[in-house]
Amino acid sequence: MTTAEWLDIGWVDQIPVRGSRTVQVEGGDDIAVFRTAEGKIFALLDRCPHKHGRLSQGIVHGGAVACPLHNWRISLSTGEALGEDKGCTPTVPVKIDGGRVLICRASTLKAAA
Amino acid sequence: MEHRPLKAETDAREHLVVIGNGMAGCRAVEELIARDSNRYRVTIFGAEPRVNYNRIMLSPVLAGEKSFDDIVINDAGWYAGNGIALIAGDPVAAIDRAAKTVTTRSGAIESYDRLLIATGSDPFIIPVPGKDLPGVIAFRDMDDVDTMLAAADAGGDAVVIGGGLLGLEAAHGLSLRGMKVTVIHLMPTLMERQLDEAAGWLLKNALEARGQTILTGADTAEIVGNGKVEGVKLKDGTLIPAGLVVMAVGIRPSVALARDAGLAVGRGIQVDDHMVTSDPAVLAVGECVEHDGQVYGLVAPLWDMCRSLADGLVEQPTGYRGSVTSTKLKVSGIDVFSAGDFSGGDGCEDIVLRDASRGVYKRVIVKDDRIVGAVLYGDTADGGWYFDLLKKQEDVSQLRDLLIFGQAFAAGGGAADPKAAVAALSDDAEICGCNGVTKGQVVSCIAKGSHSLDAVRGTCKASASCGSCTGLVENILTLTLGDEVKAGPKTMCKCTSFGHDDVRREIVAQAMRSIPEVMQKLHWTTPDGCSSCRPALNYYLLCALPGDYVDDQQSRFVNERMHANIQKDGTYSVVPRMWGGLTNPTELRAIADVVEKYSAPMVKVTGGQRLDIFGIKKEDLPAVWADLNAAGMVSGHAYGKALRTVKTCVGSEWCRFGTQDSTGLGVKVERMSWGSWMPHKFKIAVSGCPRNCAEATIKDFGIVCVDSGYELHVGGNGGIQVRATDLLCKVATEQEAMDHCAAFIQLYREEARYLERTAPWIERVGLEHIKARIVDDEPGREALRARFLYSQSFSQDDPWAQRAEGAEAEHHAPMARFTPQKELA
Repeated sequence: MTTAEWLDIGWVDQIPVRGSRTVQVEGGDDIAVFRTAEGKIFALLDRCPHKHGRLSQGIVHGGAVACPLHNWRISLSTGEALGEDKGCTPTVPVKIDGGRVLICRASTLKAAA
Repeated sequence: MEHRPLKAETDAREHLVVIGNGMAGCRAVEELIARDSNRYRVTIFGAEPRVNYNRIMLSPVLAGEKSFDDIVINDAGWYAGNGIALIAGDPVAAIDRAAKTVTTRSGAIESYDRLLIATGSDPFIIPVPGKDLPGVIAFRDMDDVDTMLAAADAGGDAVVIGGGLLGLEAAHGLSLRGMKVTVIHLMPTLMERQLDEAAGWLLKNALEARGQTILTGADTAEIVGNGKVEGVKLKDGTLIPAGLVVMAVGIRPSVALARDAGLAVGRGIQVDDHMVTSDPAVLAVGECVEHDGQVYGLVAPLWDMCRSLADGLVEQPTGYRGSVTSTKLKVSGIDVFSAGDFSGGDGCEDIVLRDASRGVYKRVIVKDDRIVGAVLYGDTADGGWYFDLLKKQEDVSQLRDLLIFGQAFAAGGGAADPKAAVAALSDDAEICGCNGVTKGQVVSCIAKGSHSLDAVRGTCKASASCGSCTGLVENILTLTLGDEVKAGPKTMCKCTSFGHDDVRREIVAQAMRSIPEVMQKLHWTTPDGCSSCRPALNYYLLCALPGDYVDDQQSRFVNERMHANIQKDGTYSVVPRMWGGLTNPTELRAIADVVEKYSAPMVKVTGGQRLDIFGIKKEDLPAVWADLNAAGMVSGHAYGKALRTVKTCVGSEWCRFGTQDSTGLGVKVERMSWGSWMPHKFKIAVSGCPRNCAEATIKDFGIVCVDSGYELHVGGNGGIQVRATDLLCKVATEQEAMDHCAAFIQLYREEARYLERTAPWIERVGLEHIKARIVDDEPGREALRARFLYSQSFSQDDPWAQRAEGAEAEHHAPMARFTPQKELA
């Protein structure tokens, strides 16, 4: 349920396993919501720190996503670029409540701004 | 029966008889031959009816990582080539030291001048009721593995008694083979002789996460069953069902022959520093011996013993001084290393590093500024370094603060540079534990001309067994040769130790059907692969199982998942198919309408004779496709590792130079081959005359029409590295040109590695190979063509049409919209 703190964006099952969906934020960048093979849900700004590729379109493996533009690997939990690359994408706190995915309202506003 | 070795009557050399065709016996003979190949006439008796194999690699055989052939150390050719008589399957039953003869079970008698006992060890069977029931086995030789494999085929429950190295490797193998495995271990932690409590706990958790049941502090009371094993009963009354029980509680030196012959025997056959027993004519080596009060059950001491033994046999004695041992668990994906003494005690200091998120635990035990033990879990890369410092008793006081971070760090580099780490190793540091090869031996083998990984494996055998030191050997190659290293078959990615060709072969051989199955059976080290291996596996499975395999969308690169090309701003470009580069007013109108309706900022004519519409938003793609479909156009696959375009010139219909209908042939070829997934993109062109306006000689498959027929060209590329095609052959008819094209595509689909264009593929395998398969072998060509057309019967569905009708809408629509002023829409 959407509250002052949390935005309800839909059911967990709407996100493909090892895949991602996006949340459009008017006037800002999309938020990418990921579901890993282990069933964990993460949300990041849908923008690679490198050349702003859409992370939601990347291949999700382990706890990371590979950016579709230049294959940077971004940690889903921290937003940090992994390996040799340096950079960070803002993360958005997520919680699951009764199968619904909730993302943090304040972080969403801040990240997308 | 009587065995009469070759040339026995006329051979005046001393006769060396070896009892035991195992790792120690054969290694001893190898060491002897390396020193003096002509000094002794050699006869080897083996109890098992097969050639010498690497016993420590039985675990990978059980786990399905290796076949028996892979672990053979010396094949029949080795025995023959060195004039060694092998008597396998008829073990020695008695030794008569007075007469200097041995008698086999079948009654054959052989006399010796020198006798070498290398009988190894026997598994210890705990004396509980039911231990002799059918289905209760040890884990010691190939017959045991065969029994386990047969049991695993039937499925069901297995119990492994013993949570040491061998037991856990057996449990791992059985678990991978699909059995429900319970490990019963008497002690409170697993591998307590090698691991401390913390590492043992991590190991237990990791194995439980893989589906095994681990019972520690569990004491076996009896094995129950009526005529065959049905379960194991513990002393606390618990009954665990089992159709197979593997006893892996330990080994005992096999000393019965020696004791019966009156040799001095303690825990093992007692030998001096030159491996000579209490009888000067009788030597002994390996797990059956006791040296200086020590008995060894690991492989590394064998190599040291065999060297000293051979030195003694050629009368250049050096003397064995005992071995310090280290242990590595051969369970894929679980890295465990242990060396020396970790029990602690007075004067011992522990240096510990834990990294819970990575599952890493490292503990180095230091006493008087020297390393006395090390236990590593999760990250064992520095095991060799610690072990080297330990064996050399080096003073580590200068390194102490950084010791736990590993060699690269402690050496002052800060960043981990594996090459620097290898460079810093001394020449006598052991690289390959399976085959006992030092860094110095690898370097000298490279210096003698082994310039590739395969060549090193073929000569000094480093990394030829379990392969866990492959990275080290590759680094030594690079260090020794600089840039001259001939890259061997590279692994697919960091998730696996297998190369592309190995993975493909195993997919077919083991009839694998899904990506998780491949990852499981080939022991991927990551839970779900990476962005390199997943698309490759998806393709290999798709190619192997046409019509059957369910494509994994999440293992596709974005372009193939979205059926359009992602651009740097996150929008997509859309290229409808125009057969052979032909178009018409309806198609052009539809394209013009799409450009206006979706405000596409740019339209461009591509190099492949198509129109490319830029700037389409992800959510508009299905509607764009619906509009293009309505005008009869389908996906142009400009985004895929697939057939891209067939480029044509106008040919004989219009051109005054044209010799054949190149445009018409181009359309037919494109109708035949569109929609097929390939290792990489694939471009075709058809030119109507040798002026070659369609640029067919820089395409993957190019057809150049001439008066008398069609020249077929392959392997061209106009990309970063321009490569002109090779002429494959010339054919007389359009149909033959089409048939050769289909066969070539299928050969490429089946044999090239993922992301390998035809140009590098042909340079790798050679044009002669392609010609042999496509030109010279007509039935083979026909079979390839038939396989291609069969595969095509499943792949020529327009993916755009499916999406336009609403399939996989989640790829296109956002999950939610958030308008800060209005909350959630």
